[in-house]
Amino acid sequence: MKKVFGIAGLLFAVVVFTAVMSGQPDGSNTFLSAYNLENLAQRIGMFGILSVAAAFVIVTGGIDLSIGSVVCVAGCLLPWLLRDLGWSPFLALPAVLLLSAAIGLWHGLLVVGLRLQPFVVTLCGLLLYRGLMREFTKDQIMGFGDTAEGLRFLATGRVPVTDAFGIPVTAIALLVVAALTALLWNKTVAGRHLFATGRNEEAARFSGVATGRLTVLAYVACSLLAGFAGVLFVLYVNSAQASSAGSFYELYAIAGAVLGGVALRGGEGTVIGVLLGAALMQVLANAINLLGDSNRLEFAVVGAVILAGAAADEGVRRLFSRRR
Amino acid sequence: MTAPEAAAAATAVLLSARGIGKAFVGVQALQDVSLELRAGEVLALIGENGAGKSTLMKILAGVHQPDAGNLHLDGQPIALPTPAAALAAGIALIHQELNLCDNLTVAGALFLGRELRRGPFLRQRAMDQAAVTALARVGLRVEPRRLVGSLAPGQKQLLEIARALHGQARVLIMDEPTSSLTPGETERLFAVVRELRAQGVGIVYITHRMAEVQALADRVVVLRDGRLVAEIDGREATPERMVAMMVGRQLRGDRRVGHAPGEPVLEVAGLRTMAWPAHGVDLRLRAGEVVGIAGLLGSGRSELLRALFGADQALAGDIVCAGTRLAAHGPAAAAAAGLVLVPEDRKLQGLVLGMNVRENLSLPTLRSRGAWLDHGYEQDLAARAIRELGIATPHQDQVAAALSGGNQQKIVLGKWLAAAPKVLLLDEPTRGVDVGARAEIYARLHELAGQGLAILFVSSELEEVLLLADRVVVMHEGRLTGELRREQMSEQAILALATGMEVA
Repeated sequence: MKKVFGIAGLLFAVVVFTAVMSGQPDGSNTFLSAYNLENLAQRIGMFGILSVAAAFVIVTGGIDLSIGSVVCVAGCLLPWLLRDLGWSPFLALPAVLLLSAAIGLWHGLLVVGLRLQPFVVTLCGLLLYRGLMREFTKDQIMGFGDTAEGLRFLATGRVPVTDAFGIPVTAIALLVVAALTALLWNKTVAGRHLFATGRNEEAARFSGVATGRLTVLAYVACSLLAGFAGVLFVLYVNSAQASSAGSFYELYAIAGAVLGGVALRGGEGTVIGVLLGAALMQVLANAINLLGDSNRLEFAVVGAVILAGAAADEGVRRLFSRRR
Repeated sequence: MTAPEAAAAATAVLLSARGIGKAFVGVQALQDVSLELRAGEVLALIGENGAGKSTLMKILAGVHQPDAGNLHLDGQPIALPTPAAALAAGIALIHQELNLCDNLTVAGALFLGRELRRGPFLRQRAMDQAAVTALARVGLRVEPRRLVGSLAPGQKQLLEIARALHGQARVLIMDEPTSSLTPGETERLFAVVRELRAQGVGIVYITHRMAEVQALADRVVVLRDGRLVAEIDGREATPERMVAMMVGRQLRGDRRVGHAPGEPVLEVAGLRTMAWPAHGVDLRLRAGEVVGIAGLLGSGRSELLRALFGADQALAGDIVCAGTRLAAHGPAAAAAAGLVLVPEDRKLQGLVLGMNVRENLSLPTLRSRGAWLDHGYEQDLAARAIRELGIATPHQDQVAAALSGGNQQKIVLGKWLAAAPKVLLLDEPTRGVDVGARAEIYARLHELAGQGLAILFVSSELEEVLLLADRVVVMHEGRLTGELRREQMSEQAILALATGMEVA
């Protein structure tokens, strides 16, 4: 819980700093404008879902590096099914999500059944799925034509609050995903078992916990959510190209989760922390765009903030443990 | 050196601590502790877990800094800000959990941090040769090029000692050095300790085992609740006296009165494990019966328990527990049939150390309350277990890692008792558990057996086997080589069977 307060404080500080710095001579504010805030919330929604996805696997003590490539798979196949095959959205959407979940199942079975390292399995996945998609689409841009008009509401829709500002549907989607995840993690036996497995798999197994099944489930949840976010991304952009869609998104996802207090050694983390971590990532990117003349520094600033956060966290922990 | 000088050197005070105090957040771990270690003596340091033994030892080894008091080496005041400073002053700590890199060679481990070198290059052959001499000093005969990971625990222990001596250590602090050794290895270690004493090394020996104190100690100091409560001559240290001083009260160590056993609850036929694939084990356990499995390390005892519980898959065999046949089963299925295991490695297999007392206690049985967490059930279960087993914890939310070994073991026991088992398997039920908690665990097991629970336990401590068991089966190289009823049980009889000797 201490970690959540830390990250909330950091987020607050960055928001205040950016808001103060982006005031304009005419009294308007580029950061606090309804347009910018709505856009920001939209991106937080999509990237937040990816961070929750990553957190599922990290909590078991594993890692999923293939998240960005699963985004790519979902992003390229949805337009193909709708436009090229003429499927109904009611068929295409479940099909894409089912395939994403199947990818997670495959990862889980390799990790649990063959005892392969999660890092290796999902690194190969990262390369494999994007490569296959590039060949499959011949590197062509996959667009919807006019087949996704209704479906695009998922990514671009908004629930108006005032004339200028509305809550994006992606943000609502994230809140629903987060609420369900929080329910699973905190209120169910499966959630308790998931965290016990992440903390000490051996002891959990010796307590009769079905550790293997839970680990597989975590990979399935991760890829399913990544596929869902991939659907949102492609609907948001209105097209996807296999060579770039979702590229590097696994790192955004993992960084958001870790920044939000999900420990890489497993068994630790809160959904609220993940939300704050994912939000901080997007606010930082937004601030760099608004305050600088380009986004060239984005990776550098994100990297520096995460490093500083990790160092501060470790420093506080040491100070605390030395006192005891 | 003349004879009187040598005699003086042998009795000179090497290391002394005066008025040592140390507090951790809110807890006074040590208060006004003074002790002296002379050259050429073995000073046994005993006390219950949490009495302050490890804190004191870490202060002597430079790991912790005292809040009060000071240290003197050879009569000169000395500060030990780091473990490296202590090593440089000739004080070496040999940890209970051995700190050796398994991937190094024996010579490499011995010279780690002070390698012989020519420029940036290692002088491998020179180190190998020097290693032979250093190893001979502790009676360890292994190839210098052998990998540390391939050594037995006892050999690793000797290697650690060789390493300390090689660094010119004059003070050795040994923390429960025999906890993972076989009886043979323990004898070897004792011989080395006596040899070092004769060479003038001062040894602080921390242990739970009274027999070792009697075998080795010149003097015994007893810590209780962070204070030094007694210092006695080694020759006057009887187990009863030491235990009384450690716990500050008399303990009931009665052998239990056997009950008439009831119906058979566990029947095992032809069970074969990976440890000794060629030999099958047959076993039958009745309700209310307490059966001990004795045998040497590596005789397949732990593997037998793990296979019964389904933590490892058995190669073959029939297991029937309370009418349920178990085959290719996992721990969950075993527990459902009423068969549970308190495993050997408490920290790795018994507990999720990062979770709190309540969460650990409810872990195996939560599922029986439905898919949603039942907080009321958890709290009731934890409150009952804490009360009935006497788990000393400030509250249910305490992280399990913060408790002493004895209290941790009570949690492992408690979490399985909540599953209402018919058969309780225990692997080394009191390893690393202090005498007080030990007596409480024994009493609870007696009580449970009286209520009809069948108990099957593995123990390397013969005293424990003799105290607890109605019947002992002895394992030797994967086979049950004999069975002793209560009236036939003695240390000699068990050892004879465990080592494969035929008894008349």
